[in-house]
Amino acid sequence: MTINEQQEELIENFELFDDWEEKYEYIIDLGKKLPGLADEFKTEDNIIKGCQSLVWLNAKFEDGNVVFEADSQAIIVKGLVNMLLQVLSDHTPQEILDADLYFIDRIGLTSHLAQTRSNGLASMVKQMKTYALAYQSLGK
Amino acid sequence: MELDIHTIRKDFPILEETVGGKKLVYFDNAATTQKPKIVIDAITDYYSAYNANIHRGIHHLAEKATAAFEDTRKTVKTFLNAASTEEIIFTYGTTDSINLVANTFGKKFIGEGDEIIISTLEHHSNIVPWQMLCEEKGAILKVIPINEDGELLMDEYKNLLSDKTKLVSVVHVSNALGTINPIKSIIDEAHKVGAKVLIDGAQASSHINIDVQDLDVDFYALSAHKLFGPTGVGILYGKKDLLLAMPPYRGGGEMIKEVTFEKTTYADLPYKFEAGTPNIADVMAFKFAIDYINTIGKENIAEHENQLLEYATEKLEEIPGLKIIGKAKEKVSVISFVLENIHPQDIGIILDQQGIAIRTGHHCTQPLMQRFNIPGTARASFSVYNTFEEVDSLIAGIKKVQKLLS
Ligand SMILES: Cc1ncc(COP(=O)(O)O)c(C=O)c1O
Repeated sequence: MTINEQQEELIENFELFDDWEEKYEYIIDLGKKLPGLADEFKTEDNIIKGCQSLVWLNAKFEDGNVVFEADSQAIIVKGLVNMLLQVLSDHTPQEILDADLYFIDRIGLTSHLAQTRSNGLASMVKQMKTYALAYQSLGK
Repeated sequence: MELDIHTIRKDFPILEETVGGKKLVYFDNAATTQKPKIVIDAITDYYSAYNANIHRGIHHLAEKATAAFEDTRKTVKTFLNAASTEEIIFTYGTTDSINLVANTFGKKFIGEGDEIIISTLEHHSNIVPWQMLCEEKGAILKVIPINEDGELLMDEYKNLLSDKTKLVSVVHVSNALGTINPIKSIIDEAHKVGAKVLIDGAQASSHINIDVQDLDVDFYALSAHKLFGPTGVGILYGKKDLLLAMPPYRGGGEMIKEVTFEKTTYADLPYKFEAGTPNIADVMAFKFAIDYINTIGKENIAEHENQLLEYATEKLEEIPGLKIIGKAKEKVSVISFVLENIHPQDIGIILDQQGIAIRTGHHCTQPLMQRFNIPGTARASFSVYNTFEEVDSLIAGIKKVQKLLS
């Protein structure tokens, strides 16, 4: 699936929910399903700055694609991170750099999760793009 | 006196707000309190009717604005029972007040090898300015430890004091745990070794009566926005002889007596420490916040808040897996808690969905969180306009958090 197809699928999923509880049950479930990171990758260097809970991000380059792994102390953040990985992981560096992430807005979560300084999903996206840029220059 | 909370609530327009269709439950009063209509109206009134720069103009508006501004100073003097209005300095907040002392008193009276004592309970704003000063001067920062309940170990404090101690700077009430510190004995002990004392009263001033003369405190700092007043206004109380001995802080207009290119002489107290055009509108409106508190009565406010604290503590303790952090015998209406296997941020997000505003995280007290070995807490803090029904909503909200996240 392309990045945008993934985003559309997530948006469709969220349209099925009637209230906030169903929405958050789904996110929490995604949080529980995220495999997370082995302790060896939960390093100081992999911490995303600007989050109220600790979030770790690790990246690998496999067959021309960037593959992300991530983890968080907070389960809701973990669920959101899972969505970000579904959308951005396993794509080429160029696809990741070009991605316009509109799904967070569309599923109605931006208010308190994506924007404020204490919940730095934005820092997470920025870090993912930084990895993509680094692998792109390595590939050249 | 039993307060009529429903009448009081009507004074605060924001309490009518809804969040995602749900009634707002505002339990983040330790971060900032809501503002009564008279304070909001005072700001509008100032800009609509008598906006002018103060202490300068001789025209009607300037005189009216100056009088209103100085009225607040008189009101604060009475509020703190200071000996004179010269001892009341307007700042931008508690943080600014503490930085003022660090950069003036600290600059002149603290040197290499001198010691400054703070406590484990401090807010970052009563840690960082002293670290910066210590780094610059080669002075040493010492920290009073606490027990498991979040109370200062007074014997350890006494052991830290010596003739090297130049300043003790501690919080009156902990913003993270609610602990009320025994500041009277902290001050007395410090004075025995000749040290001066600054008390960070950011959290205390809305709950506890403060009498700076009775306390014999050297500096007392507070923020208007934590006692129903506007943001951007703080107070530094300082003893007159100390303020006279201290160099000025910022240079500029207002704080001078005479300026020539060769030499400047400084204005008298309190203006020596008030460079530039101050936050006139908000300072002026702060008077109305203090009047509001005085009308209701601080004792009555405290009594209601303590009832809420007691009720909430009892209800929270019944919840399996919930642990209250900070069980000091003397506490204000602040409750920090953690839930087993649930991160505080998750608690905050799910409560927010239910219209309940609490604070989660480290509360600008990272060393304190490290002391308890936790990433942070969820904190509910109550004010005079909160109700028992709202506490019930919080309890139901937390049960929902547990249901969703278990
Ligand atoms: C105990 C304590 N000290 C200092 C401060 C800083 O106050 P301000 O941000 O108004 O300067 C706060 C505010 O959170 C506080 O709770």
